Amino acid sequence: MDLSLTPEQQEIRKLVRDFAEREVKPRADAIDHSGEFPRDLVERAAELGLLGILVPEAYGGAGLDHLSFAIFVEEIARYSASTAGILDVHASVGTEPIVLFGTEEQKHRWLPDLAQGRKLAAFALTEPEAGSDAAHLKTTATRQSGGYLLNGSKIFITNAGEAGLYVVMATTRPGSGAEGITAFLVGGDNPGLKVGPRFKKMGLNGSAIAEVHLENCAVAEADRLGDEGQGFRIAMRALDSGRIGISAQAVGLAQGALDDAVAYAKERKQFGKPIAELQTIQNKIADMAVRIRAARWMTWKAAVLCDDGRPFIKEASMAKLFSTDAAMDITLDALQVFGGYGYLEDYPMARRVRDAKACQIYEGTNQVQRVVIARELVRA
Amino acid sequence: MDFALNEEQQQIRELVHDLCLERVEPRAAAIDESGEFPWDIKDLFAKHDILAIPFTPDYGGVSGSALTLLVAIEEISRFCVTSSLILSVQSLGSLPIWLGGTDEQKRKYLPLLARGEQLAAFALTESGSGSDAGGMRTRAIKRGDTYVMNGSKTFITGGSVADTVVVFARTDQDGDTPARDISAFVVEKTMPGFKVGKLEKKMGIRGSPTAQLFFEDMPVPAANRLGKEGEGFKLAMEVLDHSRPAIAAQALGIAEGAFDLARRYAGERRQFGKPIMEFQGIQFMLADMATQIEAARALTYAAGDALDHDRPGITAGSSMAKLFASDTAMRVTTDAVQILGGYGYLRDFPAERMMRDAKITQIYEGTNEIQRLVIAREVLKEKA
Repeated sequence: MDLSLTPEQQEIRKLVRDFAEREVKPRADAIDHSGEFPRDLVERAAELGLLGILVPEAYGGAGLDHLSFAIFVEEIARYSASTAGILDVHASVGTEPIVLFGTEEQKHRWLPDLAQGRKLAAFALTEPEAGSDAAHLKTTATRQSGGYLLNGSKIFITNAGEAGLYVVMATTRPGSGAEGITAFLVGGDNPGLKVGPRFKKMGLNGSAIAEVHLENCAVAEADRLGDEGQGFRIAMRALDSGRIGISAQAVGLAQGALDDAVAYAKERKQFGKPIAELQTIQNKIADMAVRIRAARWMTWKAAVLCDDGRPFIKEASMAKLFSTDAAMDITLDALQVFGGYGYLEDYPMARRVRDAKACQIYEGTNQVQRVVIARELVRA
Repeated sequence: MDFALNEEQQQIRELVHDLCLERVEPRAAAIDESGEFPWDIKDLFAKHDILAIPFTPDYGGVSGSALTLLVAIEEISRFCVTSSLILSVQSLGSLPIWLGGTDEQKRKYLPLLARGEQLAAFALTESGSGSDAGGMRTRAIKRGDTYVMNGSKTFITGGSVADTVVVFARTDQDGDTPARDISAFVVEKTMPGFKVGKLEKKMGIRGSPTAQLFFEDMPVPAANRLGKEGEGFKLAMEVLDHSRPAIAAQALGIAEGAFDLARRYAGERRQFGKPIMEFQGIQFMLADMATQIEAARALTYAAGDALDHDRPGITAGSSMAKLFASDTAMRVTTDAVQILGGYGYLRDFPAERMMRDAKITQIYEGTNEIQRLVIAREVLKEKA
């Protein structure tokens, strides 16, 4: 056992931390209040080579490991979880399916643009009536000469309208559940792909989340990712490592909340002394710190297992479940430390609470994580 | 970054697991019922060099790695917490010698302890000073080459069976001056004036004797003092940095044992025509238990890794592991009893014993309230 970061991983942490402190932090409140998609930050992240963090160097990426990816997402999420979410979805579930399952031709066609930020990626699995039960999605892919015609609707699609590439799951054999699902690479400029209005949400403001409609959307045979019927496996594999990203996002949210709570508790005086000297505040700080530490180790462990090619499904689900539940509790406790001020949108505490809630829901609700974990436990 | 155990650790885990499955688990209920110290298990551990794990080969041991010790304690605790205490107290009682002793003191005591020919204990707590250990009243007054010790200690795990007890006492001449006047001594049970008081009746860890110790005009050679006069409190705190992860490992093992039992039971027990494991209500309980255990394991092993590599932030890391793992053990054992239903409440099954044993891990080696104070202090310091 050796729980230390390599010099390269420390370097990435320093690079992202500097970027996050200097450029993300000052923008975070404005992004939340305006709800505008932070294109400037996405471009800056691209310039720093962060968008292709998981893309091999041969295709224009940084070729780094999932531990570096987790560090990257955490550091951004300390200041802006919505920005972290945009980058995370792009770098993991949007891009990784091509890295893992794409043909050489597909990799050359898409990955350099995705790695360098010329195109943003989105992942389109969920439908209005197929959320946790993703295998029963209804979007169809019907064969036609040279390719397929896609018809159906996707919902809760992060980066919708901003993305230049959508990884879309559709069934090529309606009624046959998971076995009929096939994955497609659909360009953002495809005339058959229409994006609905952005949802107004509780949090993650600035992150573009919308419905995506596929109306006689023609996709060439060459844009099918993997074989027919392989799509569910591709989606699940993408989500397995995607959960590392969500877990890291939650760790960052929680760490940012703790940092602010600690700083405030040391400054805020009541009863003649800083509230940091009151045991009830100290207890909160201790419990927050412990859960963050555990959540980070779990996230990193899932990342390392993934990088080593070992089974990591259970560990990634556990990390996602634990970290996001911790982030919800910790952001609420940190708000409480701020008292009435925490409730004001002048401070980032309320935003973090609103953002944390999403983490318990997306990329598999925490109830689905428990189903996944229980299934793995039965199997063990 | 590498989360895997090395070969030595895997081998020791396997050895301890197999041995405990065969020889310790069948004894666990009887040890609990009788409340007697299991000398047979102590001999078994000595014979298989398990008591030598805390010690490096130059002092007669077989490892000396903190993480290896944690893994061994974890494995024993899956089956019998009382038995795990034989190993963890051997470590706790020898840590002050290991960390604060001269080479001569180490050579005198550690090989005997490594071979299991002698047992060790650690005596810090007094009836009037628990969390506030600095407020102790036991006093050792220097007379030439000898100290004369008077006072008493309470809650001393293994105190009645130990051959050597590291005792912390004030070495100032008078008054109630604070912790800086505390010194540590290796006390041998044969010293005149050493007396064992009553053994406590406890909710759990019933085969592990918890004793009161009395020292009446007990002469202790100055050569038995560990470190300089007044360095005792610092030494005790350093020991706790090392020993709190051991409590975390113990708690982790209890939680794992309870979880294994609950999972097995849920797979076998049928209600409404199918195993109760197939109901989401039970599945989610098991998923949460497993997730909490995974988190506790991460913190516990990280503390071991930090000790083995002398990484910064050991005090906070050790307290975090102890706090989280022991709270996890309490929750998981309570849930395990719940999953077993009425059977879980019966002495016929080990679930209720595990729950009783889990409770102590939230209390000893610093209550979890003290852990929170320690952690908060470290976090507030970090961000300064």
